Amino acid sequence: MNENKDTRLPPHLRDIQREIEGYAREFGLDFYETIFEVLGYDEINMVAAYGGFPNRYPHWRFGMEYEQLSKGYEYGLSKIYEMVINNNPSYAYLLESNMDVDQKLVMAHVYGHVDFFKNNFSFQHTNRKMMDEMANHATRLRRIIDRVGIEPVEAFIDRCFSLENLINQHAPHFPPKSREEETEKPIEVRGFRTDREYMSHFINPKEFLDAERKKLEDARDAKKKFPEKPERDVLLFLIENAPLERWEADVLSVVREEAYYFAPQAQTKIANEGWASYWHSTIMTTRALKDAEIIDYADHHSGTMGTRPGAINPYKLGIELWRHIEDRWNKGRFGKEYDECDDLRARRAWDRKLGLGRQKIFEVRKHYNDVTFIDEFLTADFAAEQKLFVYGFNEKANRWEILDREFQKVKKKLLQQLTNFGQPIIEVVDGNFENRGELLLAHRHDGVDLRIDYAKDTLVNLQAMWRRPVGIVTRVDGKGVLMRYDGRDHTDRKVEL
Amino acid sequence: MPLKIKQDHSRFREIIRGRIKENLRKYIQKGEMIGKKGKDLITIPVPSIDIPHFRYGHKEQGGVGQGDGAPGTVLAPGAVEGDGKGKAGQGEGQHSLEVDLSLDELADILGEELALPRIQSKGKKNLTTPKVKYTGVHTTGPESLRHFKRTYKQALKRSIATGTYNPRVPIVVPVREDKRYRSWRLTELPQSNAVVIYMMDVSGSMGDEQKEIVRIESFWIDTWLRANYKGLETRYIIHDAVAREVDRETFFHTRESGGTMISSAYKLCKEIMDADYDSGSWNIYPFHFSDGDNWSADDTRTCITLLKGEVLPKVNQFAYGQVESPYGSGQFIKDLRESFDGVENVALSEIANKDAIYNSIKDFLGKGS
Repeated sequence: MNENKDTRLPPHLRDIQREIEGYAREFGLDFYETIFEVLGYDEINMVAAYGGFPNRYPHWRFGMEYEQLSKGYEYGLSKIYEMVINNNPSYAYLLESNMDVDQKLVMAHVYGHVDFFKNNFSFQHTNRKMMDEMANHATRLRRIIDRVGIEPVEAFIDRCFSLENLINQHAPHFPPKSREEETEKPIEVRGFRTDREYMSHFINPKEFLDAERKKLEDARDAKKKFPEKPERDVLLFLIENAPLERWEADVLSVVREEAYYFAPQAQTKIANEGWASYWHSTIMTTRALKDAEIIDYADHHSGTMGTRPGAINPYKLGIELWRHIEDRWNKGRFGKEYDECDDLRARRAWDRKLGLGRQKIFEVRKHYNDVTFIDEFLTADFAAEQKLFVYGFNEKANRWEILDREFQKVKKKLLQQLTNFGQPIIEVVDGNFENRGELLLAHRHDGVDLRIDYAKDTLVNLQAMWRRPVGIVTRVDGKGVLMRYDGRDHTDRKVEL
Repeated sequence: MPLKIKQDHSRFREIIRGRIKENLRKYIQKGEMIGKKGKDLITIPVPSIDIPHFRYGHKEQGGVGQGDGAPGTVLAPGAVEGDGKGKAGQGEGQHSLEVDLSLDELADILGEELALPRIQSKGKKNLTTPKVKYTGVHTTGPESLRHFKRTYKQALKRSIATGTYNPRVPIVVPVREDKRYRSWRLTELPQSNAVVIYMMDVSGSMGDEQKEIVRIESFWIDTWLRANYKGLETRYIIHDAVAREVDRETFFHTRESGGTMISSAYKLCKEIMDADYDSGSWNIYPFHFSDGDNWSADDTRTCITLLKGEVLPKVNQFAYGQVESPYGSGQFIKDLRESFDGVENVALSEIANKDAIYNSIKDFLGKGS
């Protein structure tokens, strides 16, 4: 970013900020202090390309994001309105050229996000000083580059990115396992049987017993699996066990840490964007809008909420779901009595005037991520109202088609898309496969095959880190396959699953 | 102050252009954004590099969408997002227009890629052509250049001013003084006409693959020369034992058989030059592609004499590309090399296969003459 430029809010935007912040507090939003900065379009594109941070390590991937963002902007196709970082204090960026009504909308939206960051359980274990941490990572990697050279470091980062999704998204919620606790009970060795107590020294001398114990322990160790339980955090397993150079391990742990930082945002995309949109809409329409601003607001709000057939718009789905929940709890449309009512007219007119909606949505924003949010609150009524459908690829006609509107199928598909943020679940099952030091991964197949060419190329990257041959067990067209790469050749082998 | 990210960006561009990190080349995806320009949809190419992950096979996967339509309804192309990249526009059934690279941009990239110098027309720097430019309006001039609108206006003004204009019978008759004529000036424009004369051996030994190479190469040569010259003409000659001039289509698709007499092509080339392209006012670029298998040493000698005496003095550069073929002896380029070693405006290049086209273009155009 341009260090010389003053990016602080100009006075009239400061006033707007104070106003909006007041409304947000009035509604009970609970957020970190939020610092707004004003940036030009190329700067905001840069920050967005850097994942929201002003400072990242050098890598072409950020340049690629930047190109897409700036092309979209230059051709007038897309524009970044807002950008906010999960950090304490929170940083948010405004686009310099926006109208004041846009800035209002963005600020209200941002307070929604920051409230969500602060309170939602998924973000509980994220680093709230990530702004500093990212800068530290950048410095660390720059130093490594100075020492080793850009080519090897960049090539290694490419490999890391190839494996970046192999983390355990639930890991932050478990305490790290401490190694000391896992010490095993020593094995009791009896030796030869003897009836005469005084003879035991001679029949089972201490040296003999020790040797015997050692033998048994070795046998137990040999039988022991490595890792003992399948490990979802493949990156951690590599950092701890792969024969990496020190700088390589360092780079890998940077990539892993950042992947964990961004993971909750991917897990709560619908709930989070929906929540922020719910609040910008509530704040704008009930408090902040001036008469003259209504048309522009409506235009931009509807632009954000636009849907198209082939994709879910998280803003739209989210905001509608939050409103749906609020409405249900306001009218008391939940619980046994409502669920068991099969009189359509009674259901339509159901209103117990409970007024619990607000309270309920605040509760939900604390304890749910996208998967649980959808699972619990996406009802058949809602799916029909929102015209949700399942689409798929018609191989014969070579085109995408709408397949089904049945509620159960829609919900199942949606949940499947969201589980493990739409990534296949892969774990390390053996770090010493066939006792030859080979690394074996397993894909927990859930109905959809892996993309084979990508899987093969990913194995190449994995092998480069593990140095010994690597393999993955998966299912292709219903049959178990072990794909293996030994550093030179790819081989496939049938396996029983 | 430039943005920090420009470094990352230029590195990305270099990967896309294949300058560095060739191992990533196969992951380059031709993404596109779709936008609207007037009535038309335009697609803007946004290349990206997709680092391989363990991920689901794309088409098997499907997803959940939102909107109208019964089961079986087809989703418009582009409606399903690849991987969250390209953004779709609205509306369907409109014409889509590709805003890919323009030929100029392509030429720029080519020039940059191969480090080609801009072409300088040697010894013809002072050469100009008079160009007629209409610059104004006069009260005198030939009738053929009469400016109808201005004349009419003038006549109308006059008839209104003198009160002879009758709106019900709006007849306006211009008199001598009303008449206005376009006037012109001659400007001297620097010479920028160029002609490329492509000659190709189509004897039995030139197979489809060889012709494909010639076609690709001539496309790039065309592109580069077009970026350097405003008016570029192209002529095509094919030859086996006899030469004839053909159009572009025929040039690339003819397959003859029989022997090869290269001199026939050079003779025809000379005739074309003599007839249509005065070397004083044209930049002339003959390109000849062959597999290098000439009929006889005698004919080769005729060729060399022709080149030396008639062709070389008139052209900017004579280029000979020899495509490797399983049948040809490839002797011709050796003979040329012997005779024209060190001659400035002769470029010789051997093209072993498609991959060699790059270097061969560089051989041809790298001199910048």
